[in-house]
Amino acid sequence: MIKSGTRLKSQVCDTQVIVVKTADSLDDLRAGGAPMVPLDGDASGGATLDPDFADGAVMGKRYVDGAGAEVLVTKAGAGTLSIGTVPMAIKEAKPLPASD
Amino acid sequence: MTGSRAVSISLLLEMAVSADPDRIAVVSETTRYTTAELNALADAGAGVINETGARSVAYVGMGGDMLPLLLFSAARAGQPFAPLNYRLSGQALRELIGRLPQPLVVVDKEYLDLIGEAGAIGVGQIDSGTFCARARTTTPAVQWPDPDDVAVVLFTSGTTSAPKAVELTHNNLTSYVTGTVEFGSADPDDAALICVPPYHIAGVGAALSNLYAGRKSVYLRRFSAAEWVRLVRTEAVTTATVVPTMLERIVSELEARPVPLPTLRNLAYGGSKVALPLVRRALDLLPEVGFVNAYGLTETSSTVAVLTPEDHRTAYASTDEAVRKRLGSVGRPVPGIEAVIRDDEGRPVAAGVPGELFVRGEQVSGTYTGIGSVLDADGWFPTRDLAVLDSEGYLFIVGRSDDTIIRGGENIAPAEIEDVLVEHPEVREVAVVGAPDPEWGQIIVACVVAAPGASPEPEALREYVREQLRGSRTPDRIVFRPELPTTPTGKVLRRELVNELQTVNAEGTQ
Repeated sequence: MIKSGTRLKSQVCDTQVIVVKTADSLDDLRAGGAPMVPLDGDASGGATLDPDFADGAVMGKRYVDGAGAEVLVTKAGAGTLSIGTVPMAIKEAKPLPASD
Repeated sequence: MTGSRAVSISLLLEMAVSADPDRIAVVSETTRYTTAELNALADAGAGVINETGARSVAYVGMGGDMLPLLLFSAARAGQPFAPLNYRLSGQALRELIGRLPQPLVVVDKEYLDLIGEAGAIGVGQIDSGTFCARARTTTPAVQWPDPDDVAVVLFTSGTTSAPKAVELTHNNLTSYVTGTVEFGSADPDDAALICVPPYHIAGVGAALSNLYAGRKSVYLRRFSAAEWVRLVRTEAVTTATVVPTMLERIVSELEARPVPLPTLRNLAYGGSKVALPLVRRALDLLPEVGFVNAYGLTETSSTVAVLTPEDHRTAYASTDEAVRKRLGSVGRPVPGIEAVIRDDEGRPVAAGVPGELFVRGEQVSGTYTGIGSVLDADGWFPTRDLAVLDSEGYLFIVGRSDDTIIRGGENIAPAEIEDVLVEHPEVREVAVVGAPDPEWGQIIVACVVAAPGASPEPEALREYVREQLRGSRTPDRIVFRPELPTTPTGKVLRRELVNELQTVNAEGTQ
């Protein structure tokens, strides 16, 4: 299972994420239809952005799946975040007032 | 340390740059940095640190722009950062520096004489101005720390024991910020006024969370109420955080010289207990401002519970006693924090029953240098704060468990008596402590600062408490003082009060 705190990047767009809460489902985490790879890993797999997974990943938003996994977008990109072919959902948070 | 780029507090700065490199992130007197400038300085600052072979970075100074600069430079260098209390004696500072691994000591020039040859303790010493100058010319040398590496070391204020070195990891601090702050959620014109000192967890929290929210950080290095009011107006400040002593001075300043603060939306207070009469004064004086009571500890990477502006307004306007009481609560736990109150046997208690507060979450460290982790097997941190949760999950802090007075076998929380006495019109401030007594073990002594121009009768104050609380809560003695001894951030030094009482007794001058 991928470790919490790990940074990953897309092979087909600018998207980068960190793993906030890990789950087995993240083994099949994709961006723009292609598997995400470690930030310092090789992204030269020759894949291209799948037009069916091109809704974008929004900067600073948290995305969750049904299995308890959570990732935070640290760099925005054109691809959709998905587990396999199931898109992840933006986690809506009630904003807290500034406290420090 | 690993070579891979895992999560670290540097990431928060990277994200801010990626969202808007040209946004002004830091204002400190005449210094202004955009996110991109801060980023470039932090990269090169890491080079300055790594050239020295340091394994930690100590800082003696008043902060301002130096705080975010050193915080991120140390993070990029992969070394822990330890901002120290510049009000300590030179001897005390050298002792703390000596507890850090191979420190590089960065010093504001005002404190060079104070610390003497502290650089000899570690790999060297450099003044803040020189550090900044070299951070403009040195080649960046960035290393990637592991998420579980220590990012920040903070020494506790030591009101009850010798200072302990709290270790906050990159994961603790990043979890705190990403879990409690929505990225880029601030409006483009938002500005936070930061006057908490750099060695306080709220100072570290402010440097990280305002950057992440996309809010300009305006620094006030040397607090005065008049200067605070002036900066709110000239820098169009929208949010600010103060400790209770500062809140009292700001409210007094605005009562004496009323001026509008049209841009101020949120005023957060925390760091130690705030007396209810002061909260009411502040709400009456600034009805347009949203007040926030933030409760947290160094060991929990700042805030773990928040009483929101809405909570304040609801409680203040309510006629329901249970709701009204919440004006004195610290609100509800933030996302990512679980809170439970336990009795002496470690069993969770029901709502309304006091006990020790335990918290759990990714932002909670609970690790001290030389001591290790004090978390239990399930990850719970014992705060040593006595607290109560009400039926709707609002948290009330009753006091430190170390401060509990045991009089004739009965446990008495000083706060219970303080909360009553401080409402007396002739009382400005009060701290209740236990003094050693041959008959009772401890007796209850109320140390009272009278309201300006008032000279209350001790017997009248005792009667005032007796009318409202059980007889066993009536102070055995009332002593008057011109002021209470406190830490710079407003925590009452109870140990000092007890020591003074003992000295007086020993001299037989009671």
